Amino acid sequence: MAKNIKLKIDGVDVQVEDGKTVLDAARAINVHIPTLCYHEDLCVAGNCRVCVVEVTGAKALVASCAMPATDGMDVLTNSLKVRAARKNIIELLLSEHNADCTMCYKNKKCELQDLASEYKTSGEQLFIDLVPLKDYTIDNFSPSIIKDDSKCIRCQRCVRTCEELQHVSALGVAYKGDKMKISTFFENPMYDVVCTNCGQCINRCPTGSLIERNYVDEVWDAIYDEKKHVVVQTAPATRVALGEDLGFEAGHVVTGKMVSALKRVGFDSVLDTDFSADLTIMEEGTELLTRLKKALVDKDPTVKLPMATSCSPGWIKFIEHTFPEYLDNLSTCKSPQQMFGALAKTYYAKKRDIDPADIVSVSIMPCTAKKFEADRPEMRSSGYKDVDYVLTTRELARMIKQAGLDFLSLPEENYDSIMGESTGAAVIFGATGGVMEAALRTAYEIVTGREVPFENLNITPVRGMDGVKEVTVKIEGTLPDWNFLEGAELKTVTAHGLTNAKYVMERVKSGEADYHFIEIMACPGGCIGGGGQPIPTNMEIRKKRTEAIYMEDTGKPIRKSHENPEVVAIYKEFLGEPLSHKSHELLHTHYKARQRY
Amino acid sequence: MTKNKLKRIDLIFHEDCECRQVLEKTFSRSNDEIINDILESGLKGRGGAGFPTGLKWKFTAEQPADERFVICNADEGEPGTFKDREILFKVPSKVFSGMAVCAKVIGAKKGYIYLRGEYRFLLPELQKALGAFHRDIKDLIDFEIIIQMGSGAYICGEESALFESMEGKRGEPRNKPPYPTISGFKDKPTVINNVETLVYAFMICKHGPLSFKELGTSDSRGSKVFSVSGDTPIAGIYELELGMSLEHFVEEFGDGDTKAVQVGGAAGFCVPRKKLKETIIGFEGVPTGGSMKVFNSSRSMYNVLHNYLEFFEEESCGQCTPCRVGCQQLLKGIEAVKKGEKKAIYLDQLLKLSETMKLASKCGLGQSVANSFSSIVDNFREEMIY
Repeated sequence: MAKNIKLKIDGVDVQVEDGKTVLDAARAINVHIPTLCYHEDLCVAGNCRVCVVEVTGAKALVASCAMPATDGMDVLTNSLKVRAARKNIIELLLSEHNADCTMCYKNKKCELQDLASEYKTSGEQLFIDLVPLKDYTIDNFSPSIIKDDSKCIRCQRCVRTCEELQHVSALGVAYKGDKMKISTFFENPMYDVVCTNCGQCINRCPTGSLIERNYVDEVWDAIYDEKKHVVVQTAPATRVALGEDLGFEAGHVVTGKMVSALKRVGFDSVLDTDFSADLTIMEEGTELLTRLKKALVDKDPTVKLPMATSCSPGWIKFIEHTFPEYLDNLSTCKSPQQMFGALAKTYYAKKRDIDPADIVSVSIMPCTAKKFEADRPEMRSSGYKDVDYVLTTRELARMIKQAGLDFLSLPEENYDSIMGESTGAAVIFGATGGVMEAALRTAYEIVTGREVPFENLNITPVRGMDGVKEVTVKIEGTLPDWNFLEGAELKTVTAHGLTNAKYVMERVKSGEADYHFIEIMACPGGCIGGGGQPIPTNMEIRKKRTEAIYMEDTGKPIRKSHENPEVVAIYKEFLGEPLSHKSHELLHTHYKARQRY
Repeated sequence: MTKNKLKRIDLIFHEDCECRQVLEKTFSRSNDEIINDILESGLKGRGGAGFPTGLKWKFTAEQPADERFVICNADEGEPGTFKDREILFKVPSKVFSGMAVCAKVIGAKKGYIYLRGEYRFLLPELQKALGAFHRDIKDLIDFEIIIQMGSGAYICGEESALFESMEGKRGEPRNKPPYPTISGFKDKPTVINNVETLVYAFMICKHGPLSFKELGTSDSRGSKVFSVSGDTPIAGIYELELGMSLEHFVEEFGDGDTKAVQVGGAAGFCVPRKKLKETIIGFEGVPTGGSMKVFNSSRSMYNVLHNYLEFFEEESCGQCTPCRVGCQQLLKGIEAVKKGEKKAIYLDQLLKLSETMKLASKCGLGQSVANSFSSIVDNFREEMIY
């Protein structure tokens, strides 16, 4: 049992569990201690020193984020000594920071700026401006992430994110002393290292040092180009997070308002990635069943199992770098974004009688890796760049603000057609376990003719924030075509965050696990915790977004992908059947191995 | 000039080492008896921080764990200290023996010597001596010493940065607590002692605590090896009793024109001539890891400070704000004052900054920059300005 620690903070008695820090204790009684390098999702670094407090009897000040609370401690969070040190530390950070705030993408969203406005009382810079003395660089070669060293305050949140949450370690600390910086392998640009473009570092960067490459102006240009027909698709996870940047609490579903805003912003057609998520289930579910059949019935030794999902572009790049020998285990399905893109300039263009050359295809994604994905050479099967511009949820919020819209008072509107229809199965793509659940809802029904044996179709064991969720589904009462699966146990695993992905893949590699189907999302919590989502992020916020996703699912009249009427229609009119020649041409692809470093 | 010669001690380098006999005798006693002897002797860490060695051993021994380590910190990087190099060169088996005693007391099977990168030239001889030592004590104790090379970063002499470096990570100090006695190398309870400390511990086992305790003062028991350099006709390594006044030290080692003594290297204190008399070398006065740098009147104290600050600016690990940016600001600050770009009063701003660095830096490096900075600026302010 955790014992209770009794201490005093600013004269107030407080009790916390053993193992809690002084910062935890202060927060428990709503005493605000400023922090910068501290982040709930990450291990404690204790290096910015902004959170120093005075402990009576101790010679030096202590970092409250790193100091365990102990019995009898008498802590002062705002003594003269603390204030003097804190002010000096903030001034030091500012002297090293390129404070071109009005030109900064993170203006008014910067934690250093917040601190400066709290603590700076004089207009003068206390110390010498070090920025002009340094040889700072901006790495803007990546289609996803821009890294500006002149704004870095060396808190190492990004380094810890990349290492702990993602086990990627594309970012690390280089050099020491005044030359110390956050860098990459051999200081190569971000696009040329193992970076998966997941953007989790961006979500945790307190300043404007790491930001997404933004395409807001390009999209405005397209919208105002009379000759262009601009279609926009919105990913499942955007609708449960966009509100956070526009005045709503976390966990608020804003689908209707978002659609309304997109129409007012001027997109010619506002469509839903949910449609292609359902399509993905049709293709990927069929692919899984086909692989199982080839393995079990035809005893085909070339069939690769387990099959892994391929929706998450961060995960794709991770496997290309880290487990290239398992590339054939990936489902050949493109991600819903790219399926949508390929269809927008083929099926949609044909149906709407528009020259695909005049279509500009924009997607709103919770993700920065999607920007890289859209730029892949593999993603031009329509004959054009399938998706022209990818905007993050944050960029959309910015556009809405630029358009002068009052988001809170916007009416709710419906998606346009065609390719705007969605099901509950598609919505849950936004949360970890969602693709797994959607696939099982459809695949089980294809095989048995009955719904999955879970109450209200809710496959709860694959949901939630556990990093790795193993679920076995027993298949019984198969239809005649699927007799070979009678009594089979379908072993699945769902993982989110690349650290967990790596764990799962190591288990597969060592032979410890014999899964059939693996769902992996690169980001913690799945897409709702994506690198393009509103900042800040933490477990509580991710849980609220997830709850919202499942609420949206429950409220949908149709909750199974194969029942999406537009999906049924596209097979009838255009694709034929899942895994048809046409599908392969437009909706499937292969990836290639990349360097390990 | 040398009429009141300071008493020379000859414990460390005295070639009396029948290490095996001493170890046999020591191992025949209980761990508690050995720890009590070390505690009784009053031995404090010779790296400079001065933590009681017996307590360190005791805490580590008492910490429940499946594995414990003893580490000899031979990352002798403080500017102006070179005594560990000499100890390892001349009497390596005494260092090994000190580690073996510690290993018995705390129950360690493995010990490491973290050797400063620049001391690689010592390695062949050390390995040879270590091989002989292992053969010699094989039947006495199940204990192996491994020599691990550092790579030249000053910060890796900081104990927790040293652990990180040994674990193959970037040498950056950890948050404390937990202290090494609870969680050190590989997160196991670890004793980490300076080279000299281990030898003294061993000598205490040989001679008993009383002969050690008789030397020095109540706060600073025993003797200490000093690295004397700078403006002195007799630079070198001297083992002297702790607790002497700097005046006596200068009488013997100065060149007759001594302006100041930097005690404890770049991280230590600068004592001007007028304060030599009242300043005691020891934990009650100015502590030192051994570096004693004598400056005569030909030296510019601005240049001395500038040199130290350049050193710190480069050798800060860069992890924590006060140290990383603070060192740069102190250096750029005194340059600006010297050039007249900042007014002399800016020095007060910098003194306040150095106080923040002392209070709020993560490790001893950043905390000790203020020592030399404030002692030089306070005592030689005019040299900073003109």
